Amino acid sequence: MDAAALASRFPATQDLAGKDMPTFRVAGSDLLAAVAYLRDAQGFDLLADLCGVEWKDRPTRFGVVLHLLSTTHKEYVRLHVDAVDDRVPSVSSLHPGANWHEREAYDMFGIVFEGHPDPRRILMWESYPYHPLRKDFPLAGIEVELPAADVAEVTGKKVVPAPMMGGPFVSHGGKLSEGEPTALDQSWNEQHPKA
Amino acid sequence: MVKSDFGYNSKVEGEVIVTRADAVVNWVRSHSVWPMPMGLACCAIELMAAGGSRFDISRFGMEVMRFSPRQADCMIVAGTVTYKMAEVVRRIYDQMAEPKWVVAMGACASTGGMYRSYATLQGVDNIVPVDIYISGCPPRPEALLDGMMLLQEKIRQEGGSLKRTFRGRTIETKIVS
Ligand code: SF4
Repeated sequence: MDAAALASRFPATQDLAGKDMPTFRVAGSDLLAAVAYLRDAQGFDLLADLCGVEWKDRPTRFGVVLHLLSTTHKEYVRLHVDAVDDRVPSVSSLHPGANWHEREAYDMFGIVFEGHPDPRRILMWESYPYHPLRKDFPLAGIEVELPAADVAEVTGKKVVPAPMMGGPFVSHGGKLSEGEPTALDQSWNEQHPKA
Repeated sequence: MVKSDFGYNSKVEGEVIVTRADAVVNWVRSHSVWPMPMGLACCAIELMAAGGSRFDISRFGMEVMRFSPRQADCMIVAGTVTYKMAEVVRRIYDQMAEPKWVVAMGACASTGGMYRSYATLQGVDNIVPVDIYISGCPPRPEALLDGMMLLQEKIRQEGGSLKRTFRGRTIETKIVS
């Protein structure tokens, strides 16, 4: 992997000095060209992963991380893209496998992938009003109507926040590790309502 | 274990069997419970194991897994019911003909299990009436069979003319003789 070649072609590229693999932050406007260049000239022919990220310390709240694998050189490269105005160009025209990954990142974070051939949610139902992996979304969920009106009518049920007390995602005090799933505000639950 | 409401001894009774209609109907129903395998997650693997030769659910007349709700008597909800899937579960339940029963297999179907989450229905009894709950994550096939035998026991004790209420609606199945 020729890091200098990528940086010279795309001047806005920033080398993030990845510890495990070459890692770059590319500009959203360069993303398609950079992925095409890596695929056609550098042999990174497999999109191993594409996921959304919410950063807590960056000016752009959301970003997308791509992992590309070269099946000939057995090497990975990682690309970071900032989602300016929550928008990122879709790479599914270059790697068709990105299609569902981008739908998931849209579903969970609300990142819009421009040029995506099928920009629907993939996990939650289409009319669901929130993006659940955002940090301001409570772990237990938010009350909304059931997706099917007829089922809601006959059962009288709604989508309700899940009981978190005693569950596996509630810490029992002490310091949380960085890797633990946390919401922004953990001070409330079904026994201590949100102030 | 079976408390027979009927008996037949050809030496005593000749060609005649005397019993109650309810007992016959319940006997038939309890020994031909055709399941609708609502396999939604990992529990479905144990449901499949129960169908295999080692555990052999056909000993109880339940091997006829029907993927059409029209032909099924008992929905075995085996797995995690998400809110998105809840609608489908309810709709399939509605399509099953009376009399019908529901078995919640495993922690997820019974209570939501470990998925205390914005996406998971906290127990399938929120949307359909459940007859038997089976604990376990997943329950072993023996536990499923135990639950199904309990269901047979329950069926045997039902009035042949079924009257069930669910959230204010009464559903009646009449025996016409
Ligand atoms: S109860 Fe356990 S084994 Fe069964 S579906 Fe839930 S998580 Fe899977």
